[in-house]
Amino acid sequence: MHKYASPKFFYSLAGQLIPWIAALTAVLLLAGLYLGLFVAPADYQQGESYRIMFIHVPAAWMSMFIYMLMAGAGAVALVWNIKLAEIFANSCAPIGASFTFLALATGSLWGKPMWGTWWAWDARLTSELILFFLYIGYMALQASIDDPRRAARAAAILALVGVVNIPVIHFSVEWWNTLHQPASVSKIGTPSIHPSMLAPLLLMAFAFTIYFVVVALLRMRNEILERERHTTWVADMLESTKP
Amino acid sequence: MPKLLKAIARLFWRDLTVAMRRSTDILTPLVFFVIVVSLFPLGLGPEPVVLRTIAPGVIWVAALLATMLSLNRLFANDYADGTLEQMALAPYPLALLVLTKIAAHWALTGLPLVLISPLLAVQMHLPETAIATLALSLLLGTPILSLLGAVGAALTLGLRGGGVLVSLLVLPLYTPILIFGAGSVAGVIAGIDTEAHFSLLGAFLALALTLLPWATAAALRVSLD
Repeated sequence: MHKYASPKFFYSLAGQLIPWIAALTAVLLLAGLYLGLFVAPADYQQGESYRIMFIHVPAAWMSMFIYMLMAGAGAVALVWNIKLAEIFANSCAPIGASFTFLALATGSLWGKPMWGTWWAWDARLTSELILFFLYIGYMALQASIDDPRRAARAAAILALVGVVNIPVIHFSVEWWNTLHQPASVSKIGTPSIHPSMLAPLLLMAFAFTIYFVVVALLRMRNEILERERHTTWVADMLESTKP
Repeated sequence: MPKLLKAIARLFWRDLTVAMRRSTDILTPLVFFVIVVSLFPLGLGPEPVVLRTIAPGVIWVAALLATMLSLNRLFANDYADGTLEQMALAPYPLALLVLTKIAAHWALTGLPLVLISPLLAVQMHLPETAIATLALSLLLGTPILSLLGAVGAALTLGLRGGGVLVSLLVLPLYTPILIFGAGSVAGVIAGIDTEAHFSLLGAFLALALTLLPWATAAALRVSLD
C-alpha cells in the first residue's frame, strides 16, 4: 500500500495509465454522443432540444460526485496524513468547478427554449450555483495559503464542512422553490425514461467519469512534480529525458 | 470538572471585558446593519407594500453581512498577541474554549442585532405579528451564523486578503439559514404556519453546536502550525 501511495511510484504509474484511459474516454464520449445526438429519438414534448440533457445531467452528477470525492480524500489526508490524498483533493477542485459551470451553462441554454428564460430560480439550478460558489471558495482558500501542506489541510476542513452542508443546502433550496421536472432516473429498476435515451445518458455519465480520472491523473502528475521538484528522483528523471 | 467550568467562565468574561473596552468594535456591525436596511427604502421608494414584501429578506441579508463583517474580530486579536496559542496549549479541550469564544462573540454581535431588529421591522412597515417572529428567527439564526463564521475565521487566520476570503467561504454556507429565517417572517405575513421553519432552524442550531466547534478547533490548529 505504501508503495502505491509514494508520489514517485504514482507518478510513473499514472504516466503509463493515462494514454489507455484517455483512449477509452475518447471512444466512450464519441459513442455516447453518437447515440445521444443521432440514435435516440426526439422527445415528444421537448423536441430536439432535450438532447442537451446528455451533457447537462452527467455534468451535474459529476459536479456533486467530485465534491464528495474531494471531501473524502480531504478526510483521508487529515486523518492518515497521506500526501497523495492531499494531491488528489487539490486536483479535484478545478475539475469539479468546471463540471458545475458546464451544468449551469447547459441548464441555462436549455432553459431559454423550454422556460423562455436564460435563468430561472429553480431549485436544482440554484443549488448547483451554490455548489459552484463552494468550489470557488475552496480554490480561493487553497490559493491564498503558500505552504501546500497547510493549504491542503485547511481546504480539507472546509470541504468537510461543505459536504455536511450540501444535503442541507439542497433540501432547503428544494423546499424554497421547485418548478424543475422531478428526477427521472433516480428510481433504479423502473426508470421513467425510455431505454433508448437512458443508454446514451449512462454512457455519457461513464465517459465523464473516466474523463475526470484522466484529467485528475494529469493534474496530480503536475502537482507531484511541483511539490517534489527539489528531490533527487525528479532531478534524475529530468536528466534522463534530456536530449 | 469545576476547573474546566471556571476556565470557560473566565474566558467568556475576558472576551466580554476586552470587547467592552473597545466599544466601537461592538457598535460598528450594529450600525452597519441599520444603515444597510435603511438604504433599501431609499433605493426602492417608500411604498409600504413594497417594503413589507422585501423586508424579511433585506433584514436577514443585512444580518448575514453584519455578522460576516464582525468575524475577523473573533480570533484575529488573540492570534496577533499569542493568546490563541496559549489556549491551544491549555489543558482544556480547544473545541470547548472555541465554543466559549463563539458564545461571547454572539453575545456581542448577534444579540444586539436581535434586539434592534424590532426597530427596523417598524421602519420597514412589517405588521406587528411579524415583528416578534423576526426577532425570534434572528435569535435562533444568528448563533448559527456565528458558529459557521467561526470556521471561516479560523481557516483564514493570518492570511492576506482574509476579510474578502472569509465572505467567499462563509456566505454560500449561510443560504439554508437565510431561506428558513427570512421564510418564517414572510410566512407570518402571508398567514402560513411557521412551526416548520422554527423547528428546522432549531435543528440547524443543534447540528451546528455539536459539529462546528470541533471543525473550528481543527482549523485553528492548522492555522497555528
